[in-house]
Amino acid sequence: MASLPRSDDSRFGLRRQVRLAGPIALSSGASLGPVDIAYETYGAMNADKSNVILICHALTGDQYVASDHPVTGKPGWWWRLVGQGKPVDPARHFIICSNVIGSCMGSSGPASVDPATGEPHAMRFPVLTIADMVRAQAALLDHLGVERLSAVIGGSMGGMQALTWPTLFPDRVESCVVIASTARHSAQNIAFHEVGRQAIMADPNWRGGDYYADGMVPSAGLAVARMAAHITYLSEAGLTEKFGRRLQGRDAKTFGFDADFQVESYLRHQGLSFVDRFDANSYLYITRAMDYYDIAEDHGSLARAFAATRARFCLVSFDTDWLYPTAESRAIVHALNAGGAQASFVELSSPFGHDAFLLECPELNRVVDGFLRGGRA
Amino acid sequence: MSALRPDLALIARTVRPGARVLDVGCGDGALMAELRDRAQADARGLEIDASNVAAAVGRGLSVVQGDADTDLTYYPDASFDYAILSQTLQTTRRPDLVVEELLRIATQAFVSFPNFAHWRGRLSLMWGGRMPVTRLLPDTWYDTLNIHHVTVDDFRALVKERGWHIDGQWFLKGDRETTHANANLFAEHAVFLLRR
Repeated sequence: MASLPRSDDSRFGLRRQVRLAGPIALSSGASLGPVDIAYETYGAMNADKSNVILICHALTGDQYVASDHPVTGKPGWWWRLVGQGKPVDPARHFIICSNVIGSCMGSSGPASVDPATGEPHAMRFPVLTIADMVRAQAALLDHLGVERLSAVIGGSMGGMQALTWPTLFPDRVESCVVIASTARHSAQNIAFHEVGRQAIMADPNWRGGDYYADGMVPSAGLAVARMAAHITYLSEAGLTEKFGRRLQGRDAKTFGFDADFQVESYLRHQGLSFVDRFDANSYLYITRAMDYYDIAEDHGSLARAFAATRARFCLVSFDTDWLYPTAESRAIVHALNAGGAQASFVELSSPFGHDAFLLECPELNRVVDGFLRGGRA
Repeated sequence: MSALRPDLALIARTVRPGARVLDVGCGDGALMAELRDRAQADARGLEIDASNVAAAVGRGLSVVQGDADTDLTYYPDASFDYAILSQTLQTTRRPDLVVEELLRIATQAFVSFPNFAHWRGRLSLMWGGRMPVTRLLPDTWYDTLNIHHVTVDDFRALVKERGWHIDGQWFLKGDRETTHANANLFAEHAVFLLRR
């Protein structure tokens, strides 16, 4: 990275945060402002600003797409796709990743302080949509002096943002990569999220969302929400292969309710480690935004949603992903074909279910790399 | 770039520069890449095999994973100048309906297929009593993807019955073009250019 042109501009680099005056007009009719956006940039913008790529993160993700996480110390969540020698490469691209509004990693959300009252917003924060997250990203691009995106890329909820981009800003997006995602949340998707929300709100520590003052957070509820959601990220075959019915650190069942099984122990660990890094109210707000997401509903039909854009699209699904199954991607592709858009779509094979988009998948890298280079051919 | 299969080379030579092309069963995108690079065509592809799609998208082509039998219905009328169906006709569930769809989507359609009435195949059946396994048709009856065995004369009969027009026809023996006379007996491979 040492040879890269570095900008002295304080807007660019790792661990940036900006307060935008806004206000941003939200889908609900409410408005939000001022708006804090936490973000990172990698690489440098070229002279004609034609190498800008926006990466959108998933439900519990963050802006640390390709740098070590400041809390967990883990490498960037999409280091397999973004980094030196990867399909999205700071040596060639100017890469932006921002924390979605409603989250809790530095962008405005229920845990951030309302400047009007000096108190955390908590549940007084306005309900958001995926489109609102995209509007906030567009405001960030304005701040960074970026007019057009060479590509917007996301997986899962990141894919929802990527797909929303050309519907809201048809002239600002040249290409769009949507991985393991969908154009709408299904009844089943909403149902799983409702289980998680109810778990949080049933926690006596939740107290209508006003738990920030004394540090007694609804961690039990949030952990259960994470456990339920985590099951939807994995495949049955993957769980069977990883845990089967194996017992956890014991030779026989206890005839009690400890975590006898490895899979129980694993889920409890997932839940407990999650509460250290995530805010329960943010979880409510972001899952709500995903449930409200339906591009066809917003625009009359999917085909109409994409009628105004000239963007190229690349969609990838995974055969074992039952959260956002291949049929969802296929429906998007059919709408794009009907509109004559340049679209590519492939279902890749992986044993890992929905989580496959974050894991080792050489085919995914090959597809994304080829697609991104294809625009320059 | 590796040399194109003879039927694809023939199609690549015939497509008008700048045309909008849908390649149905585009494989790894060899023909599409040729059309894009040499004829500046706006080429789109449909392909059933995931690793072929990945290879094609990897070369920067717009290819959608899908099935010619079920997914052509999502393309609007007259949205392409050419549709191409090369060596795929005989693998579809309803070849006649697939060609109808091609002629709805595109002004003209290239259809290429191996001729099952080539004399080698006939000899194999007549004297050996066995389904032919030849250079062009290397699979045995139980593992071949070819589920509709069609001959040049069969195809001509279908064209006549449906009232389609033949704008061009080419016949191949090995890498070379061969005569129209007795094509049903001597052509290993046929390429038709149709119009509705």
